[in-house]
Amino acid sequence: MTPWLFVVVALAGGVGAAARFALDSLIRIRTAGRRMGEVLPWGTLVINLSGSLLLGLLTGFAGAAVLPGVWLSVLGTGFLGGYTTFSTASFETVRMLQDRRWGAGLVNGAVQLVAATALAGLGLWLGSLLAA
Amino acid sequence: MADPQLPSDPDTEVVDAPTGPPTPALVRPATLAIVFAGGTLGTAGREALTLLIPPTGGVPWAVLTANLAGAFALGLLLEALARRGADHGRRRMLRLLLGTGFLGGFTTYSALATDTAALFGTGGAGLGVAYALGTVLVGALATLAGIVLASAMHRTTRTRLSSAAERGRA
Repeated sequence: MTPWLFVVVALAGGVGAAARFALDSLIRIRTAGRRMGEVLPWGTLVINLSGSLLLGLLTGFAGAAVLPGVWLSVLGTGFLGGYTTFSTASFETVRMLQDRRWGAGLVNGAVQLVAATALAGLGLWLGSLLAA
Repeated sequence: MADPQLPSDPDTEVVDAPTGPPTPALVRPATLAIVFAGGTLGTAGREALTLLIPPTGGVPWAVLTANLAGAFALGLLLEALARRGADHGRRRMLRLLLGTGFLGGFTTYSALATDTAALFGTGGAGLGVAYALGTVLVGALATLAGIVLASAMHRTTRTRLSSAAERGRA
């Protein structure tokens, strides 16, 4: 990896993090004061699920050689890596379990993981269709 | 819910509007710049780890390391900040720079999901389950350890401060 690519990937991660913050704020405002907004952290869920689908798709495209590896690094490792987050998801799950909200904690921990993996798998499959 | 016009979370920026629903000031440049700066450095850290620790057998050790270390650090950071007072001013800036920005960019969910799906696709279903479940379960324990450590540090500081005050009075 060239030093320039390293810098561009890092900057793309910064853009992804800012996009995550903006979308999360928007979703918090839309769900504020409603019951659904208190049940689950929808912002992080929407971000992690959409980002997993998109990374699967980009990785599928790269595997099918329709997306150059450099673009997979910038958009995948950089932008989507900064856009999605594990630490916040983990923190939100632990807080739910500390509050004895077992069902919500299980959904946020286990269901998020299964759904994100399924969406990434769907993306990989859709992307690889282009190889045919 | 005291006032539906107010955001439920201090993450949220609201511009006062005379009528209608609150409008998010999503492009408030200073706040976005703080998250951008932290996210850039966090992504650079994750990338550096990926260059240092190559994956073996489809298991991305660098991403695993970043996610577990980041989960621990975020628990430590958020608990330490919450125990020092309300989320505004310098504490809010630190949370956005180090938490939302740096640790948000350092850790990643999309790579966890895609690498797990890829392990399933290449016949490594057992390894995929172990990697994914291991990340989430050990990650939750790491977050909890960070929270507990921050609480313990806070208590120690308070005890030391109050015994210093005792000595001061004596």
